[in-house]
Amino acid sequence: MTADGPIVPGGISCREVVEIVTAYLEDALSPEQRSRMRTHLEMCPPCAEYIEQVRTTRRLAEAATAELELRPDRDALLTVFREFKQGS
Amino acid sequence: MEDVVVDPDMELLQRLKAGDEDAFMTLVDKYGPLMLRIALTHVRTRAVAEEVVQEAWLGVLQGLDRFEGRSSLKTWILRIVANRARTRGEREARSVPLSSLVSDGGEDEPAVDPDRFFGSDHPMYPGGWAIPPHSWARMPEERLLAAETLEQVRAAIAKLPPRQQEVIVLRDVEGWDPEEVAQALDLTPGNQRVLLHRARSKVRGELERYFDGVAV
Repeated sequence: MTADGPIVPGGISCREVVEIVTAYLEDALSPEQRSRMRTHLEMCPPCAEYIEQVRTTRRLAEAATAELELRPDRDALLTVFREFKQGS
Repeated sequence: MEDVVVDPDMELLQRLKAGDEDAFMTLVDKYGPLMLRIALTHVRTRAVAEEVVQEAWLGVLQGLDRFEGRSSLKTWILRIVANRARTRGEREARSVPLSSLVSDGGEDEPAVDPDRFFGSDHPMYPGGWAIPPHSWARMPEERLLAAETLEQVRAAIAKLPPRQQEVIVLRDVEGWDPEEVAQALDLTPGNQRVLLHRARSKVRGELERYFDGVAV
């Protein structure tokens, strides 16, 4: 990489990286795209940070809703079951 | 091509088919919370979501004889509740401003505000970050997992269009495989990924605004 040309690590722009992050994390990129993405991430700290933030987001999504106690109305469901059995 | 999966709920399923009430309630306790959560991505009130879950269980009971084990019981149940919730949500939505519905479509929704990147004609960094994200790496775990942060995450998820909510809940909260989610929600693998991508991108963006102190 020289100072006199544009710098586009791995031949992917940062703007493109943020759009293929999920495909990268899902292992849905072609081997060639994957290797270019790796090159980009090694050379571009902001994009490496970005992908870390997506990972953190995933972790926080789990933590945020794990503590939500959502229990449906059991009595109502028991009634559904009993009425169904009677009717069948 | 008979693709019969080994279902961890096989025994409960057999008992349920035989009319066993305990088996039914065990399944209610196992999948009820997730069903309620999925219902809530489509309808606005808890009361309606409860009705959707009850309708869905009735649908499960009525469909038991036809269930052939081509998918897991879990995926099948989820598919039923997602369909009921969608129908109910669409009915509700007719009396709701259209603006809350339209953003689910295929139009461009950039993961990050395009203004944060240099233009593609920039001499040094075409398409590179003009305003890069601030690092979260030094943020203490207590701050990341603080009740207020988690509240932001919940609010961000609740604001997503229903289909994005469904996918992020199943993938990131419940830890389902992409294939299971695609099957339960009748999505192609590509669409599943696009919905997940949009959902995670938006939630990350909300978190960033919050951490940067820009958000109220």
